[in-house]
Amino acid sequence: MNPTALEPLFWAMCGGFAIAASGALAPAPRVARAVTAIGSVAGAAAGLWLACLVLAGAGTVSIAMPSVLAAAGGLSFHLDRLGAVFLAVIGGVTIPVAIYGFGYTGGYGRRYSMRWMSLQTGAFLLSMSLVVSAANVLTFLLAWELMAVASWLLVITEHDRPDAVRGGLWYLAMTHMGLLALLAAFFLLGGDQAGAWPFDALRDGAARLSPGTRNAIFLLALLGFGSKAGLVPVHVWLPRAHPAAPSHVSALMSAVMVKLGIYGLLRVALDLLGGGPAWWGVLLVAAGAVTALTGVLYALVDDDLKRLLAYSTVENVGLIVLGTGAGFLFLSLAQPTAAALAFAAALLHVVNHAAFKGVLFLGAGAVLHATGERDINRLGGLVKRTPWTAATFLVGALSIAALPPFNGFVSEWLLFQSFLPGVASSRASVAVLLTLGVGALALTGGLAAATFVKAFGISFLAMPRSPEAANAHEAGWAMRAGMVMLALACPALAILTVPVLSAIGGALGGVGGLPASSTTFSLGVILETPHGLARMSPVAIMAVLAAAGTGVWLAMRLVSRGSRRIDDTWGCGRIGQTSRMEYTSTAFAEPLRRIFGELYRPTDDLTVTEQPGSPYHIQAISYRTELHPWFERGIYDPLVRATQAAASRVRALQSGSVNAYLAYIVLVLVVLLGMVIGF
Amino acid sequence: MFDVAGIAVEIGQALLSLALAPALVGFIRWLKARMQNRRGAPIWQPYAELRKLFRKDMVVSRQASWVFHLAPFVIFGSTIVVSLLVPVLVTPLPFNAVADLFAVVYLLLLGTAFLALAGLDTGSAFGGMGSSREMTIAAISEPAIALAILSLALAAGSTNLGEIAARTIARPSSALSPGHVMAFVALFIVMLAETGRLPVDNPATHLELTMIHEAMILEYSGPYLALVEWASWLKLFVFAMLAGNLFVPWGLATSLAPAALAVAFATTLVKLVVIAAGVAVLETRVAKLRLFRVPELLAVSFVLGLLAVASSFSLR
Amino acid sequence: MKLFTKILQIGLVTEDLAGEVRRQADRRFGRAVAIRQVDAGSCNGCEIEISGLSSPVYDLERFGLHFVASPRHADLLLVTGPVTLNMRTPLRKTWEATPDPKLVVAIGDCAHDCGVFAGSYAVAGRVQDVIPVDAVVTGCPPAPADILRGILAALGRIGEPGR
Repeated sequence: MNPTALEPLFWAMCGGFAIAASGALAPAPRVARAVTAIGSVAGAAAGLWLACLVLAGAGTVSIAMPSVLAAAGGLSFHLDRLGAVFLAVIGGVTIPVAIYGFGYTGGYGRRYSMRWMSLQTGAFLLSMSLVVSAANVLTFLLAWELMAVASWLLVITEHDRPDAVRGGLWYLAMTHMGLLALLAAFFLLGGDQAGAWPFDALRDGAARLSPGTRNAIFLLALLGFGSKAGLVPVHVWLPRAHPAAPSHVSALMSAVMVKLGIYGLLRVALDLLGGGPAWWGVLLVAAGAVTALTGVLYALVDDDLKRLLAYSTVENVGLIVLGTGAGFLFLSLAQPTAAALAFAAALLHVVNHAAFKGVLFLGAGAVLHATGERDINRLGGLVKRTPWTAATFLVGALSIAALPPFNGFVSEWLLFQSFLPGVASSRASVAVLLTLGVGALALTGGLAAATFVKAFGISFLAMPRSPEAANAHEAGWAMRAGMVMLALACPALAILTVPVLSAIGGALGGVGGLPASSTTFSLGVILETPHGLARMSPVAIMAVLAAAGTGVWLAMRLVSRGSRRIDDTWGCGRIGQTSRMEYTSTAFAEPLRRIFGELYRPTDDLTVTEQPGSPYHIQAISYRTELHPWFERGIYDPLVRATQAAASRVRALQSGSVNAYLAYIVLVLVVLLGMVIGF
Repeated sequence: MFDVAGIAVEIGQALLSLALAPALVGFIRWLKARMQNRRGAPIWQPYAELRKLFRKDMVVSRQASWVFHLAPFVIFGSTIVVSLLVPVLVTPLPFNAVADLFAVVYLLLLGTAFLALAGLDTGSAFGGMGSSREMTIAAISEPAIALAILSLALAAGSTNLGEIAARTIARPSSALSPGHVMAFVALFIVMLAETGRLPVDNPATHLELTMIHEAMILEYSGPYLALVEWASWLKLFVFAMLAGNLFVPWGLATSLAPAALAVAFATTLVKLVVIAAGVAVLETRVAKLRLFRVPELLAVSFVLGLLAVASSFSLR
Repeated sequence: MKLFTKILQIGLVTEDLAGEVRRQADRRFGRAVAIRQVDAGSCNGCEIEISGLSSPVYDLERFGLHFVASPRHADLLLVTGPVTLNMRTPLRKTWEATPDPKLVVAIGDCAHDCGVFAGSYAVAGRVQDVIPVDAVVTGCPPAPADILRGILAALGRIGEPGR
């Protein structure tokens, strides 16, 4: 297929998202919602198809628009295979999310403007697609900023809720802090060049940069892209902004937008800079491990369903960065095959995480829609009242807990395998680091399993813990369709792992010193790693598991002759069972909270009120426990306090006195004149 | 891949594991009884229990949902799949192509997770407590298992079960290397934690506040209970096979010749008896650990695994 | 190690059963029966004798009987005590929680006819007034061998449970 046939698909994608944005001109909220959904689905479908074609080797898309913003150098787009992987993720997740969003925003029209939401959604989707297809710095940064602003506006959609506005403020501040870092990085990267700094020119020029400059660019890029992706400690906007946004927007942000931080890191550090010294990889591995463990530890003790999912996104980003770091490390140690495997594992996790995090957030949204509750301690019994939501959430929970035979297990397995050559390395420091990395990976996996048993078990099973949960109703057809599509994607991605990995391997080939088409994955159902003799087949496991389960069920029907009777839950003969007798989310996480108490440092407050006159008769006991994350206590609280202190001191300048202002003007004039005369 | 004889032997191997697992547990109980100076039930008592349970009626809680009904099949099915992958008699088998040690560990975790969900499903406080404790122990034993696997995989160059067994057979002296021994002890400790034996969990306790595994199955009755109990015995059997056949693989048949299979059967029985005796003696000697002391035990296992990896590195 | 030396020194202490009980036990040898013990208000004298059954001397387990924690797992309920007012409903619920086929053996004079507590203000009635009883073992308290005889008698009433 000739490359020019791909261009119309690119324009179709942009056109679709533009149609979605045109819902801003719709006469009624319902029309706006429908237009948004249809436009998003159309654009995403075009984008997904385009990405698949590019990944299949049909060529790349290059579009130059030098006339637009000519003074700054003009826009230019180039969708190569690396970008196509992320574009496929964007398209693949947007289709179900857009369908879901049509149903979810049903109740919004009365309180919030659907026209604004259409515009913001269209802009958000368009900007994300343009970020991965940008070919020069100007286009990239423009699309990046548009993405940030559009997503911020979407986050504060429910503007009557203070936590939404606060979350939006944190998000806005941190994404612009990241933007500053990115500006600095790109400035250092393209400093001596003219024009709009096309990526090709930057790549060629990067070889001439001094090691100090390259290190500085790497660190700045890590800061900027890391804050978008959600690396600790610049992740603090994630647990505030993702829960506050409307659920389908949260799904898009968690599943897709944070991955663009990964894309940026790969683009700058791997593609443009071509890798670096070993300490880059070491830093990334360490940052990834810390992020993964922090994310899962705070997800474990969280009682807010959406914030739990947000912290879980932080955890998974940590895992992705762990794999990326291993890749950089192997690259610097001249082991390109091992590096390719590590990067491929990281990218596979990007794809898989998009699927299961998407379905989890959509499920949380359905729960919120049905009950109005986000607090897990007030949910329960939903498996009988909202069966579709429960089933899809279970699939997502099993996948994210890395349990076979779903896709999360496959990417976790591949991450483990990619670490093996490092543990077998002849350099002691590398072996120790990657051994600890394996330990961190395993611990994260175990804790994630515990977290999602809690999240699904307490939210959905047993009896409802509040009247809202008891009156829950199942979601409408649109929401159900979106959730089912993503839930089916999880086992599908597990079955299709080998073709997906081949596509990823092809996308990584030739990038930044990786050998072209280096990964030799056999087409078929067995996953085989190139270096060792490790083999695993998700399809085989799925098939045998299904066969075993069915066989056992049939055998049991034949062998057992008893009947079945319904009775109350056994409670040592007590009369009646209420939801107060069930385990709560806080209680479920309590043993792990105690074990990791040194990391959590919770504050416990126990107040015992006695009857007046009698110290032995207790009137009331109040227990309050609070978890204030260490990074907030140690880094952000002081930072915010210092900023506020500085700001209030600077505010003294705004005295309101006109004489003072005139004096300032005269002072500045004198200084400027002095400077001009001085030169 | 469609080696009919091989697949038949493999399925036969899984059925053999199913058949021998109750005997393993029966033997451990018999040994413990003898060490308590009493006669105890005969070794085939668990078979009688299973037979009885399959014919009993079932009482199901009215709070239970389809998760409660699905869980026994997922637990039993995943443990059977593991028994297909673990070398019991013969080492390179058709499924060996996908017999990965990490896959085994995570399949067992699948069963554990579903059991935990079933414990939460009926809304009983005992079940919730059991689920919480079980997931806690599963979570903190994961790094210990991973490092024990890693040390084995380093020696063999792969996490494939057949490969690991083959490499150890090829180099008998490596079986006594300190790394190997430490990895064995680490895996043994993890086995005690994962299968709910003392000192982590008392399988014979009647006090709900001391239960971990038992608490989650309090609501199961009849055939479901039979499936869940059998699956937990099979899990112990599988771990015993991992400990025995990965660290002491001599005796494993490398072909399908009847003589080799007979020898393999005999050596497998010997290994099972030795491991069962070890477990029984340990359970008689030690008391159950307080729940918050279990992380310390698993930390010991983790450190042993770390040392095993380090020693295999330094001996290279 | 001192523990194991002591174990070896003591040896087996289980007593053999005599006569009829031995013959009946051997006939049912190898069957598995799960027992749940319910204290419906007893003074614990019967409980001590029942716990003696699982001691090394009497060793219940050699006959395939064992105690379980949940009535869902049980085949046979051992009920002691006059049924007090507070324990009437829990006893009934325990019986309902046990899957069929099930047996009930009432242990002790209190379970049989309220014993010394007959007519008390806190007693609701005999065990067989609350749940159907298959065998009764009288005594205050009955000896462990008698309890075992009672259990075997109940087992003999319908043959093998689970049929």
